[in-house]
Amino acid sequence: MTAPTPQPVKAAPAKPQVVKEDAMWLQKELINRNYRELATAREAGRKVSATFVPGNLNELLMCFDFARSLPETNALQNGMRKKSGKLVMDAERDGHSEDVCTYVKADLGMMLNGDVGPTGEPLPKPDVLLLSYTGCFTFMKWFELVRQKYGCETTMLHVPYQGDGRISPAMRDYVVKQLKQEVIPTLERVSGVKFDIDRLREYMKESQKAEEDLVSVLQSAKNRPSPIDGYFGAVYYIGPIFTAFRGSPDATEYYRVLRGEIEARLRAGKGPITPEGELAEEKYRLVVEGPPNWTSFREFWKMFYDEGAVVVASTYSKVGGVYDFGFRHDPSRPLESLAEYCLGCYTNLNFPQRIDMICRYIEDYQADGLLINSIKSCNSFSAGQLLILREVEKRTGKPAAFVESDLVDPRYFSAANIKNRLESYLQMINQKRARGVH
Amino acid sequence: MSTLVSIVQRCQALFEDLRFDAVRQWKAAAPGRKAIGYLPWYVPRELVHAAGMLPVGIFGGGDQLEVIQGDAYYQSYICRIPRSTIELGLTGRLDCLDGMLFPSICDVIRNLSGMWQIMFEDKYVRYFDVPQNYDDAVGGAFYVHEMRSLVDDLARLGGRPVTDDDLRASIAVYNDNSRAMRDLYALRSAKPWQAPTSEVYLVSRAGCVLPPEEHTRLVRDYIAAAEAEKRPRRDNARVVVTGSFCEQPPLGLIKSIELAGCYIVDDDLVLVNRWLLDDVATDGDPYEALARAFLHRSASTASKYDPRREDKGRFLLESVRRHGAEGVIFAAPSFCDPALLERPMLQEVLARHGVPYTAFKYAENTGQMAPIREQAGTFADSIKLWSAA
Repeated sequence: MTAPTPQPVKAAPAKPQVVKEDAMWLQKELINRNYRELATAREAGRKVSATFVPGNLNELLMCFDFARSLPETNALQNGMRKKSGKLVMDAERDGHSEDVCTYVKADLGMMLNGDVGPTGEPLPKPDVLLLSYTGCFTFMKWFELVRQKYGCETTMLHVPYQGDGRISPAMRDYVVKQLKQEVIPTLERVSGVKFDIDRLREYMKESQKAEEDLVSVLQSAKNRPSPIDGYFGAVYYIGPIFTAFRGSPDATEYYRVLRGEIEARLRAGKGPITPEGELAEEKYRLVVEGPPNWTSFREFWKMFYDEGAVVVASTYSKVGGVYDFGFRHDPSRPLESLAEYCLGCYTNLNFPQRIDMICRYIEDYQADGLLINSIKSCNSFSAGQLLILREVEKRTGKPAAFVESDLVDPRYFSAANIKNRLESYLQMINQKRARGVH
Repeated sequence: MSTLVSIVQRCQALFEDLRFDAVRQWKAAAPGRKAIGYLPWYVPRELVHAAGMLPVGIFGGGDQLEVIQGDAYYQSYICRIPRSTIELGLTGRLDCLDGMLFPSICDVIRNLSGMWQIMFEDKYVRYFDVPQNYDDAVGGAFYVHEMRSLVDDLARLGGRPVTDDDLRASIAVYNDNSRAMRDLYALRSAKPWQAPTSEVYLVSRAGCVLPPEEHTRLVRDYIAAAEAEKRPRRDNARVVVTGSFCEQPPLGLIKSIELAGCYIVDDDLVLVNRWLLDDVATDGDPYEALARAFLHRSASTASKYDPRREDKGRFLLESVRRHGAEGVIFAAPSFCDPALLERPMLQEVLARHGVPYTAFKYAENTGQMAPIREQAGTFADSIKLWSAA
């Protein structure tokens, strides 16, 4: 769901922006290194795990020395590289319905095409699928499908949904029991590495530091102008922490560097960096709900920065962990904390919680309104978004708008349609401003 | 004894009544009665019954409901059952319900639980999680807690405590109902010409709005009447229909499959009526008994995790063998994640075992039956050709 590798910017940035580029290149290096590690895992004698971004137990997987693959990230990287369209259609030709998640089909299409990853390097067959069943029904079927194809071991972690908007002790205990009795023994057996809880604690200490810095970066958007874009830019920022790096010193260093860069931009009163350079003027401040489209990511982003629209907060940047309301991984109670992390991911929140979060963002980040990017093949996000739109408008008095696209199916990205809707929406904001309604 | 015609007519009337008058009448018969709605695929209705309330199955609006307001809440790529359920709610048809339970079947129904909390603030609403871990001490313990928590809520709502004895008595009532349903399905499997699915389905659906004791009698009456009826036996293909465990196909679609030359000998329609495979223990801790039944003696469906690769498709394959089916029809609602993601895995298992299958999608308001009839008819013909070879 996260972490596109940054593409080179069109024009060479001015000198102060070089610092910004350091963090982006550092992130690219991390992501590419992970793909290399996966490609060479067999010759290095390493076992390979696969798991999902929401409920990603990266610290735990690191305790067993797994090389770590995240199928959602593979799919979106293939989307960014314009490879996913064929993969999706290959999966459909193989019998998968046109109605279901395109991440799944891009992943299965990749398997059908010899498991060559987005960087062109081979992806090994996983030794274990950690089915962290968090906030998305499709995950369960996805790994059942992969298991059916590969026959690899699968360990299920059922994370109950926050149906009444809270984490009960019973929910936490259930997840912890599964970790102790099902997940950890399986990972020990597959990896041949004995579980060491102190090692887990050490990783979680690193996670805390990175989470602290990430929150500082995301919350910098409360300033005017915002030094970051909290959606298009944030998907780069969340890359390491949502994928194979949370808990590693590399991720800690990445977020330290990133925070320093953003704070420098803030002190200098600068706006966000876009693929075409620094945004000169912040005209609109938006909150966005829903994942981005990956196949036309740049084109989609350009529609915003061409109009001077900055996304100051997004729900998608919380899909792999909601940190901005206080949660941190807690090494003093590691398994309980992992359970709470999983239970608290954005798509595991109920609708009243999601709406409260968006309304709070609109207020705290002084946003002009809400834009929903509704994803055709993602029911976890999309089912009910029209009610979110109504409720947010009702509660905040701010206008909301709705566009539709897909994750990695290029057939479902209509640039003209989305651009028209976005422009109309921004005009509506202007009209409200002219009437003195903010 | 009621005649077959009168029983089927009664069931049809219950099926078509989108005002849920049967529920309203049940509530009006005694002061203070409450009714609790539930969505597919499964909730332990014993808990609701033990609280003195009527569990009411809500399976969308079918093909008789014009959805106007509900469409304003959903994009075109979301299935139909949530929008017609919202339509039922917004038009006051569900006013007779005092609460709604949303089981963990998929993300759409899951999200609908939160929407219901916002849209119907005066009603009791609960998302009901069932375990995907089948260890008694892990998933079982969690499930027991979920059930106890629901019962606590129902006791508060109903203004009276729910004892373990109440629950044991309700388990016995539902055991009886399940036995009747198993007998009904056994009759259809043995003599599908005597008990066509277009009738069996209506009899089963009646269990969504009638008290279980009354429904059990109805099922028994139907079985007796259907066996007594003289009906012609045709050279139809015996098929299992699967994938229809949530949004239900229109009745016309079921009839079309039968008219096309298929005897449906097993299905997953209204699965809640047959979810538990045998009697639940009526002694000991009733919550643990229900948990054990769910974990170890329940049916299989796409919303339930298969812990081992070799388990995938086993339930369907056993159904094919047990019922002497000659093929499988995958009939899934459009945009149904569970059914459509599960389908390729099941198809692979069937192919490995040489079981023919065909597949199509529908919506609860599908009106064009000609393509369905043509496809089902071709499938039946091909089965007959293969079996003759």
